[in-house]
Order: sequence, then C-alpha cells, then structure tokens
Amino acid sequence: MPRVLANTPVYFILIVMSIIFVSPFYVLIVTALKPFSEVSVLTMWSLPANINFSSFVQAISELAPNLWNSFKMVIPATLISALLGSINGYALSKWKFKGSEVFFNFLLLGMFIPYQSILIPLIQTIDSMGLYNTITGLVLVHIVYGLPMTTLMFRNFYATIPHALIEASQMDGAGFFKTYFKVVFPLSITSFVVVGIWQFTNIWNEFLFAITITGHGQHPVMVALQNLSGSQVVEWNVQMAGALFAAIPTMLIYILAGRFFIKGLLAGSVKG
Amino acid sequence: MNDHTDKKGVYERFKSFMVRNISLLVVLPSIIFVSVFVYVFIGWTGLVSFSNWNSIAPDLSFNGLQNYIQLFQSFRFQSDIRNMIFFSLLFILGVTLMGQFLAILLEQNIRGKWLFRNIFMFPMAMSFVVTGVAWRWIFNPESGVNIFLQKFGVSPGWYTDTTILPGWSLFKIEFGLPIGLIAVLIAAIWQMTGFSLAMYMAGLSGIPQEVREAALMDGASKWKTYTKVILPQLKPITYGIVLMMLQISLKIFDLVYTMTGSGPNFVTDMPAIYMYEATFKSNFYAEGAAISIVMLFMVMVFVIPYMFRRKEDA
Repeated sequence: MPRVLANTPVYFILIVMSIIFVSPFYVLIVTALKPFSEVSVLTMWSLPANINFSSFVQAISELAPNLWNSFKMVIPATLISALLGSINGYALSKWKFKGSEVFFNFLLLGMFIPYQSILIPLIQTIDSMGLYNTITGLVLVHIVYGLPMTTLMFRNFYATIPHALIEASQMDGAGFFKTYFKVVFPLSITSFVVVGIWQFTNIWNEFLFAITITGHGQHPVMVALQNLSGSQVVEWNVQMAGALFAAIPTMLIYILAGRFFIKGLLAGSVKG
Repeated sequence: MNDHTDKKGVYERFKSFMVRNISLLVVLPSIIFVSVFVYVFIGWTGLVSFSNWNSIAPDLSFNGLQNYIQLFQSFRFQSDIRNMIFFSLLFILGVTLMGQFLAILLEQNIRGKWLFRNIFMFPMAMSFVVTGVAWRWIFNPESGVNIFLQKFGVSPGWYTDTTILPGWSLFKIEFGLPIGLIAVLIAAIWQMTGFSLAMYMAGLSGIPQEVREAALMDGASKWKTYTKVILPQLKPITYGIVLMMLQISLKIFDLVYTMTGSGPNFVTDMPAIYMYEATFKSNFYAEGAAISIVMLFMVMVFVIPYMFRRKEDA
C-alpha cells in the first residue's frame, strides 16, 4: 500500500484540525469584509455578498494613532532589550565570574513573576519619574522586564559557540569588548533576528502594562482594540476589522519569518 | 603612604580592576535594575498588602492580615481560586495532549508537514486581545458555533452558563467546574497548542531513528513504541511545557478580560481580573496588592522547585 494511502486517516484528522484552527481567522476575515447591513448573528459563517472595505476604513481611522504608538514603543524596546540581552548573555556564558550562575538565576526568576505583583510600585515609580502615560515609560518597562528573557535566549545561543574561539581571540590580546565585536557579534546575527522577532511579537501583543501605564491618547493598539470591542456602540464588523488591523504586523512577521519565531520559542523555553 | 597615591598608580589600579571584573561590571546595571524592578517592588507590594491603602490617597498604616482575611472570605475570590484550579488543570492537560497528538501525527511522513505545523502555530503569534474578540463571537450563544449545534437540537449557553459541575457547596461558593469556563478553555488551548507542538516536534526529532526502528524490530506495535520508547524520552519536555503553561494560566488576564470578563456570577473571573479591577477601577490598592501576592505565591510554589531541579540536571 502506498504510504500516502496508508496515512489517509492521519491526513483526515490533520485537515479537520486545520479547519478548526483556521476558523477563528475565517470569522474575523469574512465579518470584517461585510458592511454593517449584512452583519447578522445568523449569517456569521457565510461569505460576504460583496467585498466591502467600509469596516476597515472605520477601524483604521479609529486605531491608526494607536498603531503608531505601538510602533514607537515596540521598536526601541525590542532593539535595546536585544542588545542588552546579547551582552549579558555573552558575559554570563563566556566570561563567567564567581557568582555568575547565581546572578543568572536571579535574573531568570524575574521572568516568571506575575507582573501584577510589581504593578503598584511600578506605576508609582514611573509616575515620580514623570513617565506615567508616556510611550517612553512603556519602553523602559518592556526593556527591564524583557531582560531576563533576552539574556536567557542569548545565553542559550552563546553556549553553542565553542570556547576555543573565545580563547583564540584572548590569545591575540583581545579583551571583553573586542572579542564580542570581532568574534561573537558576527556569529549572532541569526540570534538577533530570533530574539528581535520574539520581543517584537511579545511587546506588540502585551496588554497589562499597556493598559495600566498609559491613558487615553497614548494607548498602544491592543488597548485601543479592547476599548473598541468593549464598547456596545461599535458594530462587530468594525471590531473584527480592527482586530485584523492590529494584528497585521505580527501576522506579517509570522508569515515571512515563522521559522525564526519558532526558533525563538524553543530558545526561550527553560531547558537549562 | 607609598607610591600608589600618585595619579598614575590610582589610574592603573582602577584600570586593572575594570579589566579583571569587566564581565561583572557589564552585567551589573541589569542586575541592579532587575533587583529594584522585581525584588524591591515585590517587597513594596507586600507592604501595601498589609496596609490600609484602600482609597486614592496612599495610606501605608499597618492593617495586619485584614486584607488577606477579607479576600479569602469573599465570594468573588473563592470563585477565582476555583476557576483558576479548573482552568489551569484542563488548560495544561489540553495543551500537552493536543500538542503531543499533533506532533505524533506530523511525524508520520506527512506531506505538507510544515504547512500543517505553521497553521497550528499561527495563533501563537496573535495577541490574546485579538483572538478574544473573535472567540467572543464564536461562542456567542445566539451565533457562532451554536448555528451548527442548533441543527442537532443543542444550544449551549457557553460563557453565559452559570452551572457549576458538580457544585458541592464549599465555604461561600459551589465547587466544581464552571461550565462557562469551557468556552475560555477552548480559546486558550487553541492559542497555546502551538507551543507544545513545537516543543514536542523538536523533542521527537531529537530521538534517533534507530531507537524507534529497534523498537519496531522487536515486534513492538506502533502504539507500544510510542508509549514505551518515545513517551518516556519526552518526559523532560513535558515538564517544561507544563511549567510554562502553568505560569501562563495562573496569570491569565487579557484573553479572559477581552472574551468574557468576569462573567455572570463570576463564573469566568480570574485573580488577575479581580486584581486589575480592584486596583485600577476601584482604588482598592491594598486589596489589589494582596491578590497579587497570592498570585505570586501560586506561581513561585511551582517555579522555584523547577529551577532547583534544573540546576541539579545541569
């Protein structure tokens, strides 16, 4: 029996599962493409009679300023947290010092805490720094709480770089930074892409800090989307269009660079 | 005093100190920031949780365990703990089983393996807020999946259902699985299955083909190969997935907040939602702080042993 035929039940299950997995996106897309007059609870699953972009136009006009806020937050936060994670990961894996393991675990534990348990002092502190309700405040917060994750990811990557390379560089008289820039950094381009994509996705999608640290006008797009969908007056075709619009950057990244996203997921999982 | 008080000596000594400790000095700012933003802040929150600060004006006068006592006596928090227990158990079970099942299916020399994997992992790249919007409509009792189910004569109330199964009375609440949580569970499992799928796929590809072939040669059936040979090797991966999913479920906020909120009779309420509403909607800072400290304990009870175990393995 040919292999493909022998696997028929497996394909059947996989295809059914795929349909189930895709169905929420199907609902989002078909509803977003309907005009309000066509939106009804009874025809939720049917395709639109005509493709209509009016809900997108309305959603974009509502969410565009917040999308811009999100970009202003996510780009600096991603770059800085990746750079710091890289240099930390390098120090903690290739220039171990007495107590470096303790420091690493000390950092790592910060990744697991529920952020609710630091939220009240955090807001008081951010406020006293004059950064409450600013994108800068959010950038700072995402850098600090991103550090454990980026350090862990880079440390796991750098563990695979042979020590001999570092030693050879040291023999040539290169110090900490020279070795980093000459030897380690050129080998970490892929790692930067992986960590960058991971951080971008997480910070873009983050909600708790976004809703508590910024107020109206400064909200990143996810908070604005939640407000849009939480209000009773907004039609749900517009809500769905808004949800798709807010998800475009991370969806694009996943479609174009899904491989790196999955690598990030594996690198960030605590395996030791 | 001897010669190292002259300028050059001090500079040289400073320089050599820097060179010797450069690695530590590079990591130090991060350590300091994390110390303050994580550890000091947790202590500070702890302090707030023992205070009288339950209005806009900060009031750090000592209130003993009052906030905790009131919390554990409240109907809402007891409901939250119940919801949390059932949500975490079923969520973790669902994610690990689904991920393992799909990973094993994709191992069977499937054409289009990567396409399937990318479909199953796609929700992972999405925000809980985005998927919450979609799932709220899918489980709307008047619409969504009920359009199909009505053809079979059933029409569940999903997240509007207030039934608790089996509903033993315990303290102030009915204990059991709140039926309203099932809709949230389906959405959460759908979103996070990709995580365990990726982990299991990586784990399976790490098991040498010969091991599996050897097992098959011995006449072991395919099913037996999986249960006796493959599954034990995946154990450490399962531990990792359970821990990661547990800390997600204990903190879950955005998905539930967007999809259902607290729900009727708090059937879909979670500690994180209670904490957010108490602190930022009603200015009950001390109460909010107490909730967050309970959440922290719930997470750390699982994370700290895991980190120590990890160290022993290394």
